[in-house]
Amino acid sequence: MHEMGIVSGILTASVDSARRMDAVRINEIRVRIGELTEIVDEALHFAFEALSPGTLAEGAVLIVERVSGRSECVECGASFNHGRFDVACPACESYFCTLVEGRELEIESIDVDLPESKEGGDET
Amino acid sequence: MRVDLSQPILDRNERFAAANRALFDEHQVFVLDVLASPGAGKTSTILATIAALRDRYRIAVIEGDIASDIDAQRIKAQGVPAVQINTGGACHLESDMIRRAVDTLEIADIDLLIVENVGNLVCPTDFDLGEHAKVMILSVPEGHDKPYKYPNIFARAEAIVLNKYDTLPVFDFDEAEFREVVHRLNPRVPVFPLSATKGQGVDAWAEWLIGRIESQWAVRRPQGD
Repeated sequence: MHEMGIVSGILTASVDSARRMDAVRINEIRVRIGELTEIVDEALHFAFEALSPGTLAEGAVLIVERVSGRSECVECGASFNHGRFDVACPACESYFCTLVEGRELEIESIDVDLPESKEGGDET
Repeated sequence: MRVDLSQPILDRNERFAAANRALFDEHQVFVLDVLASPGAGKTSTILATIAALRDRYRIAVIEGDIASDIDAQRIKAQGVPAVQINTGGACHLESDMIRRAVDTLEIADIDLLIVENVGNLVCPTDFDLGEHAKVMILSVPEGHDKPYKYPNIFARAEAIVLNKYDTLPVFDFDEAEFREVVHRLNPRVPVFPLSATKGQGVDAWAEWLIGRIESQWAVRRPQGD
């Protein structure tokens, strides 16, 4: 249960970025979480509901995108998706594979409201 | 307005971890992060490792626990510098805690720094401390099916110690099945059956650790002509 720590990381980074833009509100936070990390979605949302009130992200929607495990075989070059088990190359059965994706703990983007005075300039 | 951030959630932890690693590399301090459940024998294994390697390396230990300094006292009783970190409820160590603990040690007098993480098979795996290797200890009484339930820690360990191996005859521990599932998760990981308190098997583990430490610095040493 370290989702509290993860969510406080998400909030700190999002709120800092939003402040730098003088945003008045964060509407949405998108995160990418690898399937090979120890993060549970429900606990993440629970922690977000507990920690976000009183911050710029109060009322924001937390969107969690899951990234499946993917490795590349060092010997035959095959790229393949996998879960936690059976990480050997399905093409040549080699165990010498490099993990490419699946351990992400990343904030992808935030959606913010800017104060009215700034909105015009930033809209395309 | 959507703003692209693409930044690590554990940005702060990763920055401290990178700084720790740079400090350890500068002083050639090899840092071993030891992960296991409560009661698997982390401290006993560390004590056995100290006994096996203290003539070769100057060793120090950082003990992570939710409360108390019982473990640090056990290490200090062997004449080895030890710092206790109390996380006060947190289930894992983070890289800034390591930095604060290291600041209380004489880093120039250390070759091998062993970090005993908080007893937990889940959370510590997601936090980089700036260590050179994470190893995990499973004890025979915990059962051979642990890798099915907590795969990540077995997948990420560079070596696995199978402790309390002397109790194998009295537990229903299927070693062949254990090795098979570990192999599926982490095909190249070595497994060291040992009994930390009785001493059997410690030599093979200590030999692996020596090799791992030597290879860490061998790749960094400038090549001669």
